[in-house]
Amino acid sequence: MIVEDAICSFCGCLCDDINVEVEEGKIKRVRHACRLGSSKILGHDRIKAPMIRRGGKLSEVSYQEAYDRAAEILLRAQKPLLYGWASTVCEAQKKGILLAEEVGGVLDSTATVCHGPSVIGIEEKGLPGATLGQVKNRADTIVFWGCNPAEAHPRHSLRYSSNVCGRFTPEGRAGRTIVVVDVRETRTSKNADKTVIIQPGTDYEVISALRMLVAGKGDGVPDEVGGVPKAELDGLAKTLLAARFGAVFFGLGITHSRGRYKNIDNALSLVAELNSHTKFVIMPMRGHYNVGGIGQVLAWSSGFPMSVDFTRNAPYFNPGETAACDLLAKADTDAAMIIAADAASSFPRAAVEALAKIPVIQIDPYENPTTLISEVVIPSAIAGVEAEGTAYRMDGMALRMRKLVDTSYPSDEEILSHILESVHRLQRGLER
Amino acid sequence: MKAIMISGRTLAQGAGCECKMSPDFLKAVSLCHLSKGDYDALGLCEGKNVQLKNEFGQVVLAPKVDAGLRQGMVFIPMGPWANVLVGPDTGGCGTPQFKGIEVEVEATDASVLEIRDLFRGLRRAQT
Repeated sequence: MIVEDAICSFCGCLCDDINVEVEEGKIKRVRHACRLGSSKILGHDRIKAPMIRRGGKLSEVSYQEAYDRAAEILLRAQKPLLYGWASTVCEAQKKGILLAEEVGGVLDSTATVCHGPSVIGIEEKGLPGATLGQVKNRADTIVFWGCNPAEAHPRHSLRYSSNVCGRFTPEGRAGRTIVVVDVRETRTSKNADKTVIIQPGTDYEVISALRMLVAGKGDGVPDEVGGVPKAELDGLAKTLLAARFGAVFFGLGITHSRGRYKNIDNALSLVAELNSHTKFVIMPMRGHYNVGGIGQVLAWSSGFPMSVDFTRNAPYFNPGETAACDLLAKADTDAAMIIAADAASSFPRAAVEALAKIPVIQIDPYENPTTLISEVVIPSAIAGVEAEGTAYRMDGMALRMRKLVDTSYPSDEEILSHILESVHRLQRGLER
Repeated sequence: MKAIMISGRTLAQGAGCECKMSPDFLKAVSLCHLSKGDYDALGLCEGKNVQLKNEFGQVVLAPKVDAGLRQGMVFIPMGPWANVLVGPDTGGCGTPQFKGIEVEVEATDASVLEIRDLFRGLRRAQT
């Protein structure tokens, strides 16, 4: 059987033209996907059964035992952290928020080690955005700032940006000007007309200089900014102003560097300035396929997009205090549930050490470093491959992920429902 | 040698990131990309590794020449090896600074730690 036009559940591109060949209930071949997507959809070694750590070793238990132990850990904790949520569907995220409210915890997503600064910058300034379809059909000038889609979003250029032919961009790559701003040359810069190499940590200054040049206030710009000669920046400003429809895509090169959310705030101001001369849009290159979804679901259910503290009477949001790494650094959380993410691999070492000191519940299809520090491990179906649901593309479009094959593993949503049932049972027991 | 470290995505890192306990992921991610000039200045050759150190920790990685990097800058594919060198401070915004980190780089004969060994010292990761 061939499943046509399946959606890839790897990155924020959510490519929706994937053909998957299924034989005897197993995925045998994946067509159209990139190396990253194929690797995920084809699958590999899975955690076989739920486990609980006893005497230092993980031993297999029943799902019910694992749900009950997870519920016990979450209820016993003063301030459990429920972290991850990027590689699962919105229906599971919604259930997770219910669980966080029920046990009185903090729910944070992988955005806080990724595009969290973008989320904050966008809250400050607003996002002059567009759909990827508009970029494909209209953009004649595209800037990739601090991102390397050739390695992180390999089909972005072919489906949505540099190289694709659209309604008003019939020449594709030949009709577009592509600019890369980065601290190094990358595979993406090989496809660019203009590459501007800046010194690490100078994004804010370079963006400020461009704002001045675009606004016609270049006299105040020094001869060199961020290691880039003024003449080169002036040339870049002219390229941006010459666009009929420009698009800026930005990545972790600016969210993870000195300045963090202020860099994004400044980039949004640059785009606002450009919009008083021509048409420009801007978009974060979201990594995990549904990290956008947890932001949406949290926002419509709590009013905040990440790092939401449900231990008080009303949802509370203060990144720097309620984000996962801050909670761990200050020993301000006493248990963690890590779902659809691998915190032990993506957090700074000191945060991982803090995580290893508290009871950790892992919900994931695969063994990874988080498994090594977990007390309860619950294997799940792969959302977007073995379980259906909704996911948000990097441009905010909600798409329906289909189930491609059957599985005996429960979905994230089912696991969370069972943990919630165990929580309710334990609460009733405590009331008696 | 002093250098500025940045971490980030690579194709091989992405292809292996849902399969982190495999030898392929180790090979793809426990790397230190550096310029040819720095590679030569450190006296590196086949079989030699590099040790990167700063106030947050130290880690041994396999060197890889990367023509895209300027001298004085090193790149490590994102993952647990790179994160040994990342500090926990989030500057009030929840996100640690994963890029633009000062490190000391030197050649070493020490081996790269396997993924399980990288976590072995932590509680609950003894086995």
